[in-house]
Amino acid sequence: MSNIIYMREDGVKPASADFEENWTLKKYQEELVIKVIKHDSSEMEFDIIGIFPALCNAFRRILISEVPTMAIEKVTMIQNKTIIPDEILAHRFGLIPLKANPRLFQYRMPGDLVGTDRDTLNYELKVKCVKNPHRRAGHYRLEDMYLNYEVLSKDIKWIPFGDQKLLYKEEDMGAIQDDIVIAKMRPGQELHVKLAAVKGIGKDHAKFSPVGTATYRLHPHIKLLDDVIDDQAERLKQCFSKDVIEVVNKSGHKIAQVKNTRIDMCSRNVHNEPQLKDKVEIGRIRDHYIFTIESVISSPPDELFRESVKIMKKKCAEALIELKNMTINVDVS
Amino acid sequence: MGESCASKNNSPPKDSCEIIEDKWKLVPAFLKGKGLVKQHIDSFNYFINIEIKKIVKANEKILSDADPMFYLKYLNINVGMPDIEEGFNITRSTTPHECRLRDLTYSAPITVDIEYTRGSQRVARSNLIIGRMPIMLRSSNCVLTNKSEFELSKMNECPLDPGGYFVVRGTEKVILIQEQLSRNRMIVEEDRKGSVQCIVTSSTHDKKSRTLVIMKKGKYYLKHNSLQDDIPIAIFFKAMGFCADILIMQMIGTEKETLQKMALSIEDCYSASVYTQNQALNYIGKRTKQKRFLGPTGKPKPPIDQARDLLTSVILAHVPVENFNFKHKAVYTALMVRRVIQAESQPEFIDDKDYYGNKRLELAGSLLSLMFEDAFKRLNTELKMIADKNIPKIKAAQFDVVKHMRQDLITNALVHAISTGNWTIKRFKMERHGVTQVLSRLSYISCLGMMTRVNSQFEKTRKVSGPRSLQPSQWGMLCPSDTPEGEACGLVKNLALMTHITTEVEEEPIIKITHNMGVESLHWFAGEEMYYTNVYTVFLNGNILGITGKHRRLIKNFRMLRRCGRINGFVSIYPHHKHKSVYISSDGGRLCRPYIIVENGKPLVNSTHINKLSSGLMKFEDFLNEGLIEYLDVNEENDSLIALNEGEITLKTTHLEVADFTLLGVCAALVPYPHHNQSPRNTYQCAMGKQAMGTIGYNQRNRIDTLMYNLVYPQAPMVKSRALDLINFDKLPAGQNAIVAVMSYSGYDIEDALILNKASIDRGYGRCLVYRNSRCNLKQYANQTYDRVMPPLLEAETLTAPYKHQALDSDGIAAPGEIVKDRQVLVNKTMPVVSGTTSTPGMPGQSLPNVEHKEVPVSYKGSVDSCIDKVMISSNNEEAFLIKILLRQTRRPEIGDKFSSRHGQKGVTGLIVEQEDMPFNDYGICPDMIMNPHGFPSRMTVGKLIELLAGKSGLLEGKFQYGTAFGGAKVEDICEELVKNGFNYQGKDFFYSGITGEPLEAYIYSGPVYYQKLKHMVQDKMHARSRGPRAVLTRQPTEGKSREGGLRVGEMERDCLISYGASMMLIERLMISSDAFDVDVCNLCGRLAYSGWCHGCNSSASVSTIRIPYACKLLFQELQSMNVVPRLTLKNYCD
Repeated sequence: MSNIIYMREDGVKPASADFEENWTLKKYQEELVIKVIKHDSSEMEFDIIGIFPALCNAFRRILISEVPTMAIEKVTMIQNKTIIPDEILAHRFGLIPLKANPRLFQYRMPGDLVGTDRDTLNYELKVKCVKNPHRRAGHYRLEDMYLNYEVLSKDIKWIPFGDQKLLYKEEDMGAIQDDIVIAKMRPGQELHVKLAAVKGIGKDHAKFSPVGTATYRLHPHIKLLDDVIDDQAERLKQCFSKDVIEVVNKSGHKIAQVKNTRIDMCSRNVHNEPQLKDKVEIGRIRDHYIFTIESVISSPPDELFRESVKIMKKKCAEALIELKNMTINVDVS
Repeated sequence: MGESCASKNNSPPKDSCEIIEDKWKLVPAFLKGKGLVKQHIDSFNYFINIEIKKIVKANEKILSDADPMFYLKYLNINVGMPDIEEGFNITRSTTPHECRLRDLTYSAPITVDIEYTRGSQRVARSNLIIGRMPIMLRSSNCVLTNKSEFELSKMNECPLDPGGYFVVRGTEKVILIQEQLSRNRMIVEEDRKGSVQCIVTSSTHDKKSRTLVIMKKGKYYLKHNSLQDDIPIAIFFKAMGFCADILIMQMIGTEKETLQKMALSIEDCYSASVYTQNQALNYIGKRTKQKRFLGPTGKPKPPIDQARDLLTSVILAHVPVENFNFKHKAVYTALMVRRVIQAESQPEFIDDKDYYGNKRLELAGSLLSLMFEDAFKRLNTELKMIADKNIPKIKAAQFDVVKHMRQDLITNALVHAISTGNWTIKRFKMERHGVTQVLSRLSYISCLGMMTRVNSQFEKTRKVSGPRSLQPSQWGMLCPSDTPEGEACGLVKNLALMTHITTEVEEEPIIKITHNMGVESLHWFAGEEMYYTNVYTVFLNGNILGITGKHRRLIKNFRMLRRCGRINGFVSIYPHHKHKSVYISSDGGRLCRPYIIVENGKPLVNSTHINKLSSGLMKFEDFLNEGLIEYLDVNEENDSLIALNEGEITLKTTHLEVADFTLLGVCAALVPYPHHNQSPRNTYQCAMGKQAMGTIGYNQRNRIDTLMYNLVYPQAPMVKSRALDLINFDKLPAGQNAIVAVMSYSGYDIEDALILNKASIDRGYGRCLVYRNSRCNLKQYANQTYDRVMPPLLEAETLTAPYKHQALDSDGIAAPGEIVKDRQVLVNKTMPVVSGTTSTPGMPGQSLPNVEHKEVPVSYKGSVDSCIDKVMISSNNEEAFLIKILLRQTRRPEIGDKFSSRHGQKGVTGLIVEQEDMPFNDYGICPDMIMNPHGFPSRMTVGKLIELLAGKSGLLEGKFQYGTAFGGAKVEDICEELVKNGFNYQGKDFFYSGITGEPLEAYIYSGPVYYQKLKHMVQDKMHARSRGPRAVLTRQPTEGKSREGGLRVGEMERDCLISYGASMMLIERLMISSDAFDVDVCNLCGRLAYSGWCHGCNSSASVSTIRIPYACKLLFQELQSMNVVPRLTLKNYCD
């Protein structure tokens, strides 16, 4: 019984199937490990050990497409003198990530065109490009010559709607990055739009996806089957990502040792070295997932993951109810 | 490409093979001067600056039969700068863009200085406008020439636009390059029966004729259009004054074989009893085609004079005859006979018609000059006729010819020719169609590709392989890849990057120089000397200049003089050893291209020159002037030993290729690594690059075109090529780099279908803008009425506009930014009901108040809504209002939209997949697009595989990779870079399935590939109909999407139904759902009855009603109208 997926030269050899057979819930509960490796406000890397790909993948999928966020959905053009057509501009607005916490809002009812203060955030943007009146002679940089030559995401101003003024602060509502270029302008051009953001999920449109990406990879497995020395050791080192293999001096010889398999990106370049390829066994541990979440909204990635677990639970509950209904139906019949 | 043929023998010393670093930089230097369409511009410049003056000089005098004192003489002619007329005699300079928008012609006045007599006075007038000349953009008279980028953008013009086309009535028209057989040259060929003939198509300014020397039953004849019968060759010689047989034979050749073959022909003379020149002339004169016109004396000329005229100016018109001295013409004819005799025994003397040295390209300049000359001559004859008619009349005012000079004759002739593309010149019996085409602005590449297109005169329908196949002599001149598929395959060609087309060079100085270099004129010889060994005949543009005994020295010296600039660089000289001739050409329309000169195994250009070039100290012209580079035309190219690269240079080498990738054309320059692809794939890409949408110019947002496709986020390709930079594709790209995974997915990717990532589309991949225009003219009528634009209707109760008028602004024109739906009105135009009839004239400028108007709205049609982008209100030439509305649609890719990589691999979107279902790799990257690997084995587009690899390494290194033809980044280097960045050396990555989450069993080849979105989109094609319009005549459903037509059950579908036996289905499809019609049939006479009454039998006794297709009823009636009576016999179905 092996839990290694071997990476051969010509393809991946899946792990043996018997691995799944003696699975018990108890053993699973005991053995499942989650280790957080790296965690900051926008990116997180953690290991899940002892999980099935289907489950792990479900979290990934939910993170990408079902965790809700707020994004601009309706754009009302009042004046658009930029060179960018209305629809393109609206599309660009939609893709700007907003700070607003989606958990504080509800989904807007289908067919509702105006929305309420509980499901809609209103913004306004009004920028006009003019010649810089204080421009000094001989300065030809755009920022010297013109004012507002770029429409940036920081120009989007939140307009409180209903009770929102009491509930939220302005700094929590704008765009996450200040310097996203929406359009470029020249004197005489102006842009005045009203924007409405709603809650939505990534399945509907990628702009609602809360993650830059959520992904995982399997933990690499590298085993030296034979001593690799001197020149070959150096060559072996080159075949893997940096610091995966170290070369140590032992009794006058340089000997290669596996230092850190985790950071290897599995380029499999060792297969390109005829002398080396039989001395190394490379593969991946089939139930050790290195999960990476990159959040593009204000919620930290761990919160997003929790959210995804919640959604998963809800789905399971729904499925159980459906299942129960089905069994009842079967009984009746 | 290079290593293969490094020579073994006579290789020069090692040090001379040094490689010239960055030699290709000469290519941008070459293109910098005039750009890609220099041939068009050069030719047009030559026409308006030089040739037009020659034409006027040739037709400078108009005399009148009525008054011997009357004359009109053109002293000078000038083409001015383009302007437009605003009111009476007020003109204003214009820009091409204004003309495009306002449907005007970008043209300049043609002014002449004249001298004429008015009564007895002599009057001189200068700057008299005789017409307007459409001006080619970026030509010497265009406002855009030599303007900076800033000035160009001020004129709303794209600095990257190549020019070389005309703006006529608002549309951009290109005069395509026309390929023809070269004129004034002898061509020996086999006719249909297999006997040899020699053809010369002579062409001078005022005559065009074809002369043949043919062989019939062992005798030689001269054949010409103006002769009824073929003239025995000996009689022809006698007519030219060479009566002694020995004189004739001396000119043809005195070898035994020649004498034998000529014997019969010489005898011919005596059997026709022609002994003297006069007899011969008489013989010919009697066989000329009767002319309807009479001489000035009113009597037909005597046959002798007729024949003499024919000999001097019609037969072999290009050979000069001075004072009826026929020596030149006789030698020329003798040579033709000799060629035929030689070709009979030696088939290698038969010329290859497809050889590109025998071809000339006709450009805008020469075509326009033909048109102009014709129009100018017509103007002159018209003036003469007016003078003849008016001078005898006695009037108060004296006859002033200037008052009768019409401007519109020349203007209309030129404008009409360019805008329709019909080149009809009666004088030459020339009638050509499709000479001009509308400049295709689908993409920047399609526009460039059109400017380099070469059209051949061959019939497209004929199934010949000769003219269609790639001739080795086209090397470097015409792109080997870029030709359309199908019927025009090989007939439509494209110029290569460095090709130049010559314009005419004056002959006079060349004649002098050659005579000074030892070429002896023929007048001193009997003719026999031509055929001595070591004696070479020297030709200039097909005419015999003389003979020389030292042809090698002549050629060497001639080339030396050319290299030091004493002779124009485009004059070519080459020996033809079989013909024992030296040919010098200085005519226009030859293809040529620059080469580095190699002397003694060393190229004259070295790295210091290139360094000077890149630092700006030298220009391409300096290389020409210093004799480092010279132009070779096809003929001279084939007399040279040209090394492809420095490694191939031997002592015999004469020239070195500047850059090997320049043998490809503009469209083929797009393909990265084309030398790794199967050749048809490159050809397919050349056709598809023209359909890719992207950007068409910096001024694209200012244009109001009938149809324009733009990509929202175009990208420069990751894998570029040198040639691609040269044509500025990176500045006006047409495509996007997509991360492609080569794998199968879901089964929706069979037959080249592609899988797209929905998230990529959401984020803007493949999004495009479609612009369309809608126009309307507001006319003024003779009876003081005019078209009006009315404000939208308002409904009385709600005060809102009805559905149709919802998009209208208060002025009655749709407002910018408004969304228009199907059948909504764009311009609410009304037209007066009575027009044309001059009713009581009211006050001028004031309309009749109560003239009835009817609504003629311009409405929007289309199943998908559009947005009004722009509205332009202007006036056109006829002072009528012109309203143009630009409509815009934004489209995201959908299933069925067509995409293509740059390797002729097109495919439609088969499925759009959510991001979470897409496979992902260790880095979490999801591909934008999945392509099925079955696209590779049969297509063999290895270039695409390398593009992917190179693109991937370029991403990691943060640079553009180069996939230049016959060069580019090497696969080993690319792999090295991939390994350096921790990627697999093969470019294959470990992927996980997005659906199951498990690793995929195969490694997936993935990376960026440049993909083009093609203009074929589902939205434009989708169409269905249940009920709808029918054609009036047959009452069958209409055809085509635009007419909301039905989908035809065609013959083959019908066959299937018949063979299956689905007879009710057939009746339903072919009659009931199409054109069922109830007719009454009289059972007595079998003819059609009408409403229960047979008019033939005058009874209603046995009329029954049946249902037949309307088309059938129509057929019966049509037959009746032709006195054919179809009779129907009806029977009970159950009988």
